[in-house]
Amino acid sequence: MNYLHHIGAYFLMLREVFRKPQKWKVFWEMLFREIDDLGLKSLGIAAFISFFVGGVVSIQTALSVDSPFIPRYLIGFATMRSVVLEFAPTFISIILAGKVGSFITSSIGTMRVTEQIDALEIMGINSINYLVLPKVIAALFFYPIILAIAMFLGILGGWVAGLITELFYTEDYLYGVQLDFNSYIIKYSFIKLIVFAFVIVTIPAYHGHKVEGGALEVGRASTKAVVWTSVVIILLNYFLTQMLLG
Amino acid sequence: MLEVKDIYKSFGDFPVLKGISTFFEKGKTSMVIGQSGSGKTVLVKCMLGLFEPDSGIISYDNRIFKELDENERRNIRQEIGMVFQGSALYDSLTVEENVMFPLKMFTNKTRSEMIDRANVVLNRVNLVDKNHLFPSELSGGMKKRVAIARAIVMNPKYLFCDEPNSGLDPKTSIVIDNLIQEITQEFDIITVINSHDMNSVMEIGDKIVFLKNGLKAWEGSKETIFETDNEAIVDFVYSSNLYKKIKQAHLKGL
Repeated sequence: MNYLHHIGAYFLMLREVFRKPQKWKVFWEMLFREIDDLGLKSLGIAAFISFFVGGVVSIQTALSVDSPFIPRYLIGFATMRSVVLEFAPTFISIILAGKVGSFITSSIGTMRVTEQIDALEIMGINSINYLVLPKVIAALFFYPIILAIAMFLGILGGWVAGLITELFYTEDYLYGVQLDFNSYIIKYSFIKLIVFAFVIVTIPAYHGHKVEGGALEVGRASTKAVVWTSVVIILLNYFLTQMLLG
Repeated sequence: MLEVKDIYKSFGDFPVLKGISTFFEKGKTSMVIGQSGSGKTVLVKCMLGLFEPDSGIISYDNRIFKELDENERRNIRQEIGMVFQGSALYDSLTVEENVMFPLKMFTNKTRSEMIDRANVVLNRVNLVDKNHLFPSELSGGMKKRVAIARAIVMNPKYLFCDEPNSGLDPKTSIVIDNLIQEITQEFDIITVINSHDMNSVMEIGDKIVFLKNGLKAWEGSKETIFETDNEAIVDFVYSSNLYKKIKQAHLKGL
């Protein structure tokens, strides 16, 4: 029953999120601030992880395919597929759920317990719309950019790993990356990420907005938000994969 | 006039307000006092529209709040200034931006007009040269001044203060009390203060509403509080020896 209550309250919150902003000028200001907070400040960690995970995937694949009957270009093919289909959209989303999700819950939760949200509501401002809508739009706009960068850096990381370890040749790797290329897998990846971006913002925002108490409760809410966001991402990943690739 | 009539409010099976009726007038500093858990915060939150009363009427200058649509309620909210116990300043905004915030949301003033207006109210609360500081760089008293400046920047008709002296030293408390009283008289607004600070009550309480266990146990002013023999208020006020002595001195005409 408690879960149903939270699911209902979450959807009621979404109804408030998608109302017309009370002042467009303030909305645009908030949007650019959120692009900086949620997007630009996440770029570094996403780039770092993508590059090295791409490298690890290519090295592991190279070490696994030591049979002379398996072509070496398979390393590039497997790295590209792993990065584009799964690593870049899902793994990066889980990382962002931790980084951005905890930031959203703790910032909104702190506003709640220090009465800053009450101050907005007393002024007649729809606090959910004011605080959450710019975050949602910022994530939907900027996370596809992060995804594109993560895909590129993951594949680049795989190639650089090959250069350093000399486990495979550049020509084989690049041939494998381009082999049997289907643009649908890129679309699939972006569709997944857009859904995950929405979840990464709205679930932590829900947990932050309903916090009651003090610093301890804000901390607990942040942990809960990251756990639930990750769980929902994993479940949605399964269903989206079934729907889009099945 | 701000009027509350027969307000009931429960949380689950627990009744918090049990039929409170009173009124608050322009130009007067009214105080809602009572022990912790007496219902004063819930009453003020009902008046602010943060809680919906189970029954009863809250009327802002004959505009009955529960009968208003969302737009009309929003209009009333823009006539309200609120000073929170913890000041509730926006951490990411400077002093000037905090004060300008309601102007930015609800007016079409240019940035320079908003800065001018912010400076006027910041001067009024005697806070100068702090415009570009962030709340974390201010003392408790300064934060309260910024909160008061933000509350009055839109020229409100109603000013609510929740424990405005909480966490302040006695000297700063008196300064904040006097500032609130001066602003109330100067702008001719209805001020309602939620407090259990007896110094404030005695200093600026033009009207005092005393709540006990969700009921209005006594109503009067800082002058009549000394003469009353109402057991509930006597027990609350004179739990301190200092006030017992003040009362004796008052009754002796000293």
